Amino acid sequence: MIPGKNPPSNWSEFIEGLWQRNPIFVMVLGMCPTMAVTTSALNSISMGLATTFVLAASCWMVSLLRHFVPKEVRIATYIVIIATFVTVVDYAIQAISLSLYDALGAYIKLIVANCLVLGRAEAHAARNKPMAALYNATGMGLGFTLGLFMIGGVREILGAGKLFGLSLFGPHYQPWVVMVLPPGGFFVMAGWLMLFAVVRARKARGNTPATLAEGAQNA
Amino acid sequence: MSEQELAPPLSTATSSKAMIGALGLAATICGLIIVTAYEGTLDAVARNKKIATERAVFKVIPGAKTIREFVATTGGIQPAGPSEAENGVKFYAAYDQGGALKGVAAEGSAKGYADEVRVLYAYDPKRQVITGIGVVSMHETPGIGDKILTDPDFQKNFEALDVHLTDDMKTVANAIKVVKHGTKQHPWEIDAISGSTVTSKAVGKGIRDSTEKLLPLLLPKIDKLSEGKPT
Repeated sequence: MIPGKNPPSNWSEFIEGLWQRNPIFVMVLGMCPTMAVTTSALNSISMGLATTFVLAASCWMVSLLRHFVPKEVRIATYIVIIATFVTVVDYAIQAISLSLYDALGAYIKLIVANCLVLGRAEAHAARNKPMAALYNATGMGLGFTLGLFMIGGVREILGAGKLFGLSLFGPHYQPWVVMVLPPGGFFVMAGWLMLFAVVRARKARGNTPATLAEGAQNA
Repeated sequence: MSEQELAPPLSTATSSKAMIGALGLAATICGLIIVTAYEGTLDAVARNKKIATERAVFKVIPGAKTIREFVATTGGIQPAGPSEAENGVKFYAAYDQGGALKGVAAEGSAKGYADEVRVLYAYDPKRQVITGIGVVSMHETPGIGDKILTDPDFQKNFEALDVHLTDDMKTVANAIKVVKHGTKQHPWEIDAISGSTVTSKAVGKGIRDSTEKLLPLLLPKIDKLSEGKPT
């Protein structure tokens, strides 16, 4: 994407968001839903997939329209496009399961305001071909889903003694309730960030210093 | 983000026509998408909502076989239709296999700790008591506020919560009151869950507000429901 370089392949576009530039653990974007809906693994995955759909569909459309949209009105256009797909997801979830809709609450509508979505539309989709934008956005979305699941899974295991609603430790487990309360989100997020930072620092010590610099910049 | 590249090179000023055109194009496409999604999911959403309500009613009135939806107004009781009557209170009448009235269920809601707590309560017109509650929706703190569903002591409040009307059938004789845990003395009091007082109070207030509106309209005409054919 840097001028003069070959455009990256679709696969590397895809994998970029999934891992190297994971929206949650590397770019630390979209923290509002990250803290709010990760009380269980199922909620996390549903929220992640909803966001992935919005991200992929709106980035694809932003990319399709990129030659028609004057820069003065681009943000307005992006927001309209994003809001459209959020509305679509909102109806779709109501049609699939009302209990899931209740569990996700206002956060489905708040995907509109997820800075990850507008960020990708502006930083990637608006200057790349539709297929590249679609791959990149899907990768980012799945990376977001993975991140949400890693937080939500841990919170559900510790805070309720369950995973996907299945009891893990038997009836004598005393749930660590704080983990499903708001502070738990910060604890688990901090734990994962710390783990990633340690791994990155270890790797950097063995590798070139550039890796560390990049990591610090991204974080 | 490290990907903040330079904005696309500034071209000369864009004409307003181009801007309006672009916004109009985006809005038109988006409008079509939204309407298609809405139309496509409408039936499924309505079906889901109906199933959810019926499931909740069956849960609070065990033994019910069929459910009919009514609206109670000052003018009488009517089957709920697409045109909702002003000031009407919606409720559900549940019948057993033989078609006899099994009980009445209605919704009450009040602000809880996090958001609106919407409960469905079952009312037994013969004994003039509330015989059970279920939650339609709530976003209370998991592990604390949601004890209103799981706490057996709290549920016991709703085995026979007294809501009998005064003799002139104008008001509920004793307003439902939520009291501190362990201090329940009267059958119209609700023993709060210690630690979840706000949610307990919301349940009590939701039921109180709803019963005070519904019961004076409903009870004088309850016979019409018994045959399953209200006028």
